[in-house]
Amino acid sequence: MDIARHWRGHPARYRLQGERNRNTGEVRVPPHPLALGETPDTWEPLKLSGRGEIYSFSVLRQVPEGYELFAPYPIALVRLEEGALITAQLTDCAEADLEIGMPVEMVTRQLVDTGADGVLVYGYKFRPVVQ
Amino acid sequence: MNKTSANAYIIGAGATQVGEHFVRSLADLSSEAVRNAFAQVPQLDARHVGMVYVANALGEMMASQGQLGPYLAAAAGLVGVPALRIEAAGASSGVALHQAVQAVQAGACAVAVVIGAEKITDRLDAPLEAGLALAADAEAEGIHGVTLTGQWALLMRRYMHEHGYSMDAFAPFPVNAHANAAKNAQALYRFAISADKYRKANPIASPLNMLDCSTVADGAAAVIVASEAIARELPGPRIRVAGTSVATDTPTLGARRDPLDLVAARTSAQAALSQAQLSLQDVQVLELCDPHGIAAVLALESMGFYERGTAPREAADGAISPTGRTPLATAGGYKARGDVAGASGIYQVVELVRQLTGKAGPTQVAGARVALAQVLGGVGVTAATTLLVGE
Amino acid sequence: MKPSRPVGLIGYGVYVPRYRIAAKEIARIWTDGHGPVPVEAKSVPGPDEDTVTMSIEAARNALARAGIRAEQLGAVWIGSESHPYSVKPSGTIVSEALGTSPWISSGDWEFACKAGSEALTAGMAMVGSGMADYVMAIGADTAQSRPGDALEYTASAGAAALLVGPADQALATIDATVSFVTDTPDFFRRAERPYPSHGNRFTGEPAYFRTIQSAAKRLLDDLGRTPSDFTYAVFHQPNAKFPQAVAKRLGFSDAQIAPGLLSPQIGNTYSGAALSGLCATLDVAKPGDTIFVTSYGSGAGSDAYALTVTEALLERRERAPLAAAYLARSVFIDYAVYAKWVGKLVMG
Repeated sequence: MDIARHWRGHPARYRLQGERNRNTGEVRVPPHPLALGETPDTWEPLKLSGRGEIYSFSVLRQVPEGYELFAPYPIALVRLEEGALITAQLTDCAEADLEIGMPVEMVTRQLVDTGADGVLVYGYKFRPVVQ
Repeated sequence: MNKTSANAYIIGAGATQVGEHFVRSLADLSSEAVRNAFAQVPQLDARHVGMVYVANALGEMMASQGQLGPYLAAAAGLVGVPALRIEAAGASSGVALHQAVQAVQAGACAVAVVIGAEKITDRLDAPLEAGLALAADAEAEGIHGVTLTGQWALLMRRYMHEHGYSMDAFAPFPVNAHANAAKNAQALYRFAISADKYRKANPIASPLNMLDCSTVADGAAAVIVASEAIARELPGPRIRVAGTSVATDTPTLGARRDPLDLVAARTSAQAALSQAQLSLQDVQVLELCDPHGIAAVLALESMGFYERGTAPREAADGAISPTGRTPLATAGGYKARGDVAGASGIYQVVELVRQLTGKAGPTQVAGARVALAQVLGGVGVTAATTLLVGE
Repeated sequence: MKPSRPVGLIGYGVYVPRYRIAAKEIARIWTDGHGPVPVEAKSVPGPDEDTVTMSIEAARNALARAGIRAEQLGAVWIGSESHPYSVKPSGTIVSEALGTSPWISSGDWEFACKAGSEALTAGMAMVGSGMADYVMAIGADTAQSRPGDALEYTASAGAAALLVGPADQALATIDATVSFVTDTPDFFRRAERPYPSHGNRFTGEPAYFRTIQSAAKRLLDDLGRTPSDFTYAVFHQPNAKFPQAVAKRLGFSDAQIAPGLLSPQIGNTYSGAALSGLCATLDVAKPGDTIFVTSYGSGAGSDAYALTVTEALLERRERAPLAAAYLARSVFIDYAVYAKWVGKLVMG
């Protein structure tokens, strides 16, 4: 059921808990293992705003196991306000609504249902900004 | 690479038809490929094989089989030979060939067999998409339902945005691939398509449509890598492996400085060219990871064959046809020969050996002597480049 | 009832999914389009939405309005009859998504359509007793209904989050509350059953009307006030007719309930219904306005509240989307897509 695997990712998945490099200012999410030469102090936790814009997008019609109910669904590379570029689904939108550069905001949604006897996996998606 | 190291040669190369081999197993396909390769060198005693490398990306997921090294070695009767499986997603074959060449060059063995084998059609559909998506970062990308095709689609839309192209600009790639595959008896799709047909195809992962997406299918191919001493005892033209190189990039697309720059493709190509003491201008025929036009475009531009933003225009002007400056997919490429995932790199070598020995028939590139093959694992996470020179 | 320390709402947030199905479209499937329908349309959760995800968004809106950090919350409670897990709290998922401290009380409430107001009353007690400064009380549902049943026209999806805090920080003080409960099984769902059962017309007079009227009258009596003393009123809204009827019986006017009457457009959001009506009313209220709210949950019970809007509302209101913004982004789907998304297709 991959319970532990999903549980480990909660802070990043649920609320875009990322990290910022104290030396370079680089921001990334989800957090990443330490590289050679880095110490636990190299990166500090940073909660991201969830605001960003579409860098690119695609609507998938052939999808992996477990994602059939959502299909067709849009995926995107989103450039976050803090600079990080992340991959996520877009939700609450139709393909015709989308364009590169469009502002989007983070919402927490079901990513996948691991089955009637498994956990529901929640995580970030992005959608057109609700005013 | 130490210039004094010995040369390695491809002395045999064979493959099965790419297709939906519902009646055949992974082992059965692999066995045929090895037998086809050995049929080209009847003088070679199979007991000289010192190492078997098996390249396969999806064995566990799609064929429910692990320990593919000994499993597929045994399928061809090579029982008892050291054998191992190499997995680098779509780059598996290129990495395996690189290992085999290094082993022969280092003198660890005189003959090595590299098998690329993939069995897809036992499962297909959603498990296949999930399996191919394993080439991406499962935690940061896979969990979001992202597919490998979807990642290429993201890059294609961005490329169109940055360089002002419409989807139509990518038509020359599948059109060329199909035109060439129509003349290849081992191709999956032996028919031509028109740009108009491409334009009207149904979307798969917009802006990629069905005629700009390869079909993943079953197939196996094998090459025999041998030392110079053995190669020189054989009659006929020799194919020297002039350079092989593997480079990698972060698997997380968003973590790359410029997602449209396939850094690993460039790095591995440059290293292979440098080993071979050749330049891009010397390359006369290419095999690339081209399941979609955008993949070929980014590889051609990242390696430096064309300026950024110009490859679709060059392709439209005929640059990728067998008579063009960079003939591509002369056997149909991933799109029309069929996409055999981790086996692709060996199929590429099989085609380039045909080209370098003048046996490529209607898609022969005149006077081809230097060929470049490159496979990518995922969206350029692993890149393996092989340079072959006909002697 | 009043807490010993005065309390109020320091933030509020609503959430309504983007998708709608027209009641006429449901009628097309089951009655060939004939017969009256109880609402115009109902909200439908998207395929990636549930009580947890809707609660998260409503609560984020409430936090944004309140201007406090999630770490300051002392409790996160979610009232719903459609928690995604039968066993495993929605509250902990929502808490982590908000980024609360782990040192909080969190959990789920169930009381049919008044599970959210149960959480609100408990939140008042927790803040009112000084055990916590801030409590997030959420009512949210993706309500189930048997295909073709009367409930299918109304059982919808939505969430409302009310952030309870000290009255001196409130955008609306909660001046008093009463609760009224009896064992009246007008609507229920047995364990392991996918759809609820209900007593048809029994859900009206002896259940909805008697219970709401009892709680509402008692609160008016306790306060020594009359319906005309209130600027606005909100009643649980299982359809368009009931809240209008009960308002009239109690002596409230159509104008008083108009801003909080969402059911004609989005159906019955169950635990979210009365609280969403309150949020929509706060979206238009002015300082000094008074709001009378009565929830209803089958089984059965009502919680009634009297609120007074403060000056703080004006600067906080625009910090998060208004209910109107969620209502405006409606996208209508047909019954087939609805059936696919809400799990009414046998997928094997």
